[in-house]
Amino acid sequence: MASTLYEKLWQQHLVEEKAGETPLLYVDRHLIHEVTSPQAFANLKFHNRPVRHPERTIATMDHNISTRSIEIDAAGEGAANQLRTLEKNCKEFGIKLFGMGHKNQGIVHVMGPELGLTLPGTIIVCGDSHTATHGAFGALAFGIGTSEVEHVFATQTLRQTKAKTMKIEVNGQVGEGISAKDIILAIIGKTGSAGATGYVVEYCGSAIEALSMEERMTVCNMSIEFGAKAGLIAPDQTTFDYLEGKEYAPKEDVWQQAITDWTALKTDDGAEFDTTLTLKAEDIKAQITWGTTPGQVTSVEGVVPSPDDFTDPVEKDSCSAALAYMGLEAGTKITDISINKVFIGSCTNSRIEDLRAAANTVKRFTANGAKVSDNVDAIVVPGSYRVKEQAEAEGLSQIFIDAGFEWRLPGCSMCLGMNDDVLTEGDRCASTSNRNFEGRQGRGSRTHLVSPELAAASAITGHFVDLNA
Amino acid sequence: MEKFTKHKGLVAPLDASNVDTDQIIPKQFLQKTERVGFGKHLFHDWRYLDASGNQDNPDFILNAPQYKGASILLTRENFGCGSSREHAPWALEEYGFKVIIAPSFADIFYGNCINIGLLPIKLSDDEINELFADSENGQLNLSIDLANNQISGASKTYNFTLDKFHQYCLEQGVDSVGWTLKKLEKIEAFEKQMPAWQ
Repeated sequence: MASTLYEKLWQQHLVEEKAGETPLLYVDRHLIHEVTSPQAFANLKFHNRPVRHPERTIATMDHNISTRSIEIDAAGEGAANQLRTLEKNCKEFGIKLFGMGHKNQGIVHVMGPELGLTLPGTIIVCGDSHTATHGAFGALAFGIGTSEVEHVFATQTLRQTKAKTMKIEVNGQVGEGISAKDIILAIIGKTGSAGATGYVVEYCGSAIEALSMEERMTVCNMSIEFGAKAGLIAPDQTTFDYLEGKEYAPKEDVWQQAITDWTALKTDDGAEFDTTLTLKAEDIKAQITWGTTPGQVTSVEGVVPSPDDFTDPVEKDSCSAALAYMGLEAGTKITDISINKVFIGSCTNSRIEDLRAAANTVKRFTANGAKVSDNVDAIVVPGSYRVKEQAEAEGLSQIFIDAGFEWRLPGCSMCLGMNDDVLTEGDRCASTSNRNFEGRQGRGSRTHLVSPELAAASAITGHFVDLNA
Repeated sequence: MEKFTKHKGLVAPLDASNVDTDQIIPKQFLQKTERVGFGKHLFHDWRYLDASGNQDNPDFILNAPQYKGASILLTRENFGCGSSREHAPWALEEYGFKVIIAPSFADIFYGNCINIGLLPIKLSDDEINELFADSENGQLNLSIDLANNQISGASKTYNFTLDKFHQYCLEQGVDSVGWTLKKLEKIEAFEKQMPAWQ
């Protein structure tokens, strides 16, 4: 029978499917960080249970670390306690940890792929909802809660209910200056913030196939922002070329076998999806969120919508509430919205290609001698130490610094503001991250999600700009 | 996990859709290594007028005197969207909620609730509207009977569905890790047939 990629991954990891029980799936790779693991370790110890496969778990420090110093204590007392607890737990259970300043340290979803820990045909989990990022490799990857982290530690498996399948096909070629971030925001704008709840999404079509691995990661990263359990892209030559030679990727004979197996990882002709959504790449414009869910998004050429633009009563109410929170008036041109903060970073947009794109935009907008606007504080936070080193070697960091951006150390930073990179009440931020929820970047803060290019340009002009105008 | 069989309690109606886990428990309260201490920070930014949480916001539903002591949260679609933080259900549970009733839940949040013994119940939009009407007209106390998948106490009785294994785990208070550890032979057999790259 013709199967989808999701169904193949499901079947290949099925340990047990028994009437009356939720199916049991094998977990190949478990990524952990300081925030969602301590209670799982504590429960293991309480029950005197070992970690079944410590070599299948990799730890990093990312969520609440300082981006100004590699000292653990620079993160503040609560964070430092979590970071030290992670160190202690990893030592006790024999888990590899990329701690402060380690060359492999980085945001968990940047670190895994760049080290070749993320492989096609695997199940990857992490106590973080943006684990969907790894689906860019044709891995079934999803976020889990702390009880599930404990379950994976003890058993290397998880109980999962089978999701429905959704195909999102983007055909054609995107226009000049349209990034992967614009593609995924445009998709979320179509589906709404819960449009894929209960589904695993497979992205396909010529515009998806044309993306680099880093761009594919940006797309899959935000699958959770429209409710999907996971996002998938079938592995292809782009995937194999990216992985070959990476530190933890298979080598020699094993690599050859892997390529053979991975080549079969695609949806069969005639396989049926529960739902299909098709977009024309040519129609996708530069996107920006105006509200407090990622689905409240429009084109940079547009205006802030009015509650009257919506027929659904729930959407109407959410629009009113969002405009009040965001301090925006319906009908305002997007390019007339001024900002005072810019954040370039996060597991969505902090990889080397993102920084190159942002730096190129900075060069374009500072060619006349302009700098970051006097009214704007702008920070650039690379996703990992490897990204940081590469960006410095290419001179990108200097472009940012010369223009007046702060060049920081890697971490999750202002995406969720668990460290001291927080906005204050009323701050308006152009952010390359993934969530514009109320208070996400700080109590009373206002977040507009955009591409790295748009964030970089807005930092210089002090307001949103249409890069193609 | 405590066993869940029946529950009777007061309903608090939170009339908001897409309530995300950042609202349920903001990030500044996640820097704990224990599983306790989250209840007082539940819905922090809505519940308090000040950042330090000393001044109650009188307009927030959970601060209204008639909803004090509520143990059943009635809310709108896509409840618990966003982050996978289990701190969100922990905070709801520690505050005193045993049951959440909504038309839909985010997937990860739903699973997290089941795993800690907090019962998420899905009802249709119409049924949710009826319950909102009942609860806003005065104090509504509901009885939840898990074995019969039934809710009573409102102007009519409602039935809900739940995955049979989820129901069993809740009723028996199953230690899910212990349950799976009984299947070690199956897991070992699976591992033996895995390709080398995996």
